[in-house]
Amino acid sequence: MSPGLRHLGIAAAISAALVFPLVATNDYLIYVMALAYISGIAAIGLNLILGYTGQLNLAHAGFMAIGAYALGILTVDYGVPYWIAFAAAGLIAAALGLVAGLVSLRLRHDYFAIFTLCVGLIISLGIEKWDSLTHGVVGIIGIPAPSPIGPLSFETPVAQYYLVLFWLLAGLWLMNRIVHSLTGRAFVAIRNGEALAEALGVPLMRTKILAFVLSTAYAGIAGALYAGFVRFIGPGLAAEANTFDMVGYILVGGIGTLSGPLIGAVMLTWATQSLQFLQDYRLIVFGPLLILLVMYLPKGIMGTIAARRARRRGLEARRRASDAREIERETAHA
Amino acid sequence: MRAPPVPRPRPGALVSGDPGRLSLFFQQVLNGLTLGSVYALVALGLTLVYGILRIPNFSHGALFMVGAYGAFFVAGTLSANYWVAMAAAALITAAVAVLTERLVFSRLRDAPPLHDMIAAIGLLLFFQAVAQAIWGADFHRIAPPYPGILRPFGMVLPTQRAIIIGAAIGLMIGLQIFLRRTVTGATIVAMAQNREGASLVGIDLTRVSILTFAISGALAAVAAVLFAPINLVSPGMGDLVILKAFVIIILGGMGSVPGAIVGGMVIGFAESFGAFYISTDMKDIIAFALLVVILSVRPEGLFPSPVR
Repeated sequence: MSPGLRHLGIAAAISAALVFPLVATNDYLIYVMALAYISGIAAIGLNLILGYTGQLNLAHAGFMAIGAYALGILTVDYGVPYWIAFAAAGLIAAALGLVAGLVSLRLRHDYFAIFTLCVGLIISLGIEKWDSLTHGVVGIIGIPAPSPIGPLSFETPVAQYYLVLFWLLAGLWLMNRIVHSLTGRAFVAIRNGEALAEALGVPLMRTKILAFVLSTAYAGIAGALYAGFVRFIGPGLAAEANTFDMVGYILVGGIGTLSGPLIGAVMLTWATQSLQFLQDYRLIVFGPLLILLVMYLPKGIMGTIAARRARRRGLEARRRASDAREIERETAHA
Repeated sequence: MRAPPVPRPRPGALVSGDPGRLSLFFQQVLNGLTLGSVYALVALGLTLVYGILRIPNFSHGALFMVGAYGAFFVAGTLSANYWVAMAAAALITAAVAVLTERLVFSRLRDAPPLHDMIAAIGLLLFFQAVAQAIWGADFHRIAPPYPGILRPFGMVLPTQRAIIIGAAIGLMIGLQIFLRRTVTGATIVAMAQNREGASLVGIDLTRVSILTFAISGALAAVAAVLFAPINLVSPGMGDLVILKAFVIIILGGMGSVPGAIVGGMVIGFAESFGAFYISTDMKDIIAFALLVVILSVRPEGLFPSPVR
């Protein structure tokens, strides 16, 4: 795929997302799509630490819950204006991410996964037990919709959809800048081998913490969007099952690719919606799906496409090189 | 995962002063031993499998649950004897564990560790969903085989708790003898210490893997069946236990057998004393708080294994 074709693909995807509310037959479809985008934002964040930096953070849903609760508590209990609370939600999630990262990122891979699993559990138990702050198992009800910016108000589902889409595109744009920067390359270097990365002069701890904090900031913003969109949050948001879902999105779409997590989130959300009648049996399919993916399609959809493209480009380059050599030989003979 | 309420001091007991308080203290020791025994059995299987997989097996808690449901089915639906049910559950779970090794983990041997971990999570989700589809999300009970209460030295010790402590200690000694004194056991230890070296001296990785998974599954099942009568059976019953087992093997050093036993006891005691002297609500968080504190100070765990 040439860069032109790539741009065409991006333009097509964005325009499809823009016209979706116009062709959707009812509000429910718009609602589901917006939820898929929100999961996508969270998954894009998780992909930064999991896919690009190679660390399995199992507390990601916990940080999303922190963002959601920060927004809910600030707006409902303290009457803070929506957008200030929104920014605070991202900052609070990132700040707690910094604290968790400082401790957990010193650990080896497997210890890190276990440790973050425990962090996720502590977050979810904390939300459940700290009644005076979080309203405990009751959850937070009556979270206000995003307040209007100038002439734009976000009361209707369609307006909310566009708001979520805006943040999604902003998140994707920013992630594109991050992973193509020098720092982004340092993340990948760490994933490919910590010892080698360190030998090349990558400050290991600082880089890993940066990736972790950025990823929790994405989680916090996704959580804040979720809270403003659904208007009700409960402690279940922090459950590790939600982190597992996000890992699933990333694997399906393509681990360590830019658009993979979003594609996975949209596909799996719709698959779940259409399998609604299966409800409890959903995980019977989802569990083996994860296993089959890591066994047979470990790169996911976008990763496989990228790999195929790279191979074709490699073949082409080789053919061109051999053509050139042939021409050279012929001209030399002549 | 809640243990039955701990007996609180009665007004009458307080009058006698110190003896009552002392017996309450020993009561907590017994409770700690019970919890610690169950945790240690689960952690032992986990630590053995770590020697093969080199990743924490997130699906181990599901094996714990599979064992409990296996016994629930054999004892309840087929109304078999408790011990028969335990043996059947151990066999079933060992078979399931071996299946996961053959179908999933052995095929991912050359994959990055991340893939094994994700596959293990997939297995966990699958087993829980299957249990929920068959038996529903409700809690079930396995009746204790000997519902009586022993009163050694004025303390209250339900017979089931005595069985747990006795059986767990017996199993641990048996396992230790098996690993240290038999050739088959030695192959497991060798493989955990150095895979290349073990293969060089002619130890078959496949055979050892199958054996290790079978043992870890059977241990998880026995622990679950021992624990079930004083607890409840549900699809999520393994979640907290497995997390605590992770904490234990980090404390005790991944792959270390004595470490798993000591770590299990530490967590068991911390919980029983914490529940009694601090707060029952905080009981489940103690293990994780302990982990956070310890790893903050010592990122390599308390007893980093000398092998790696």
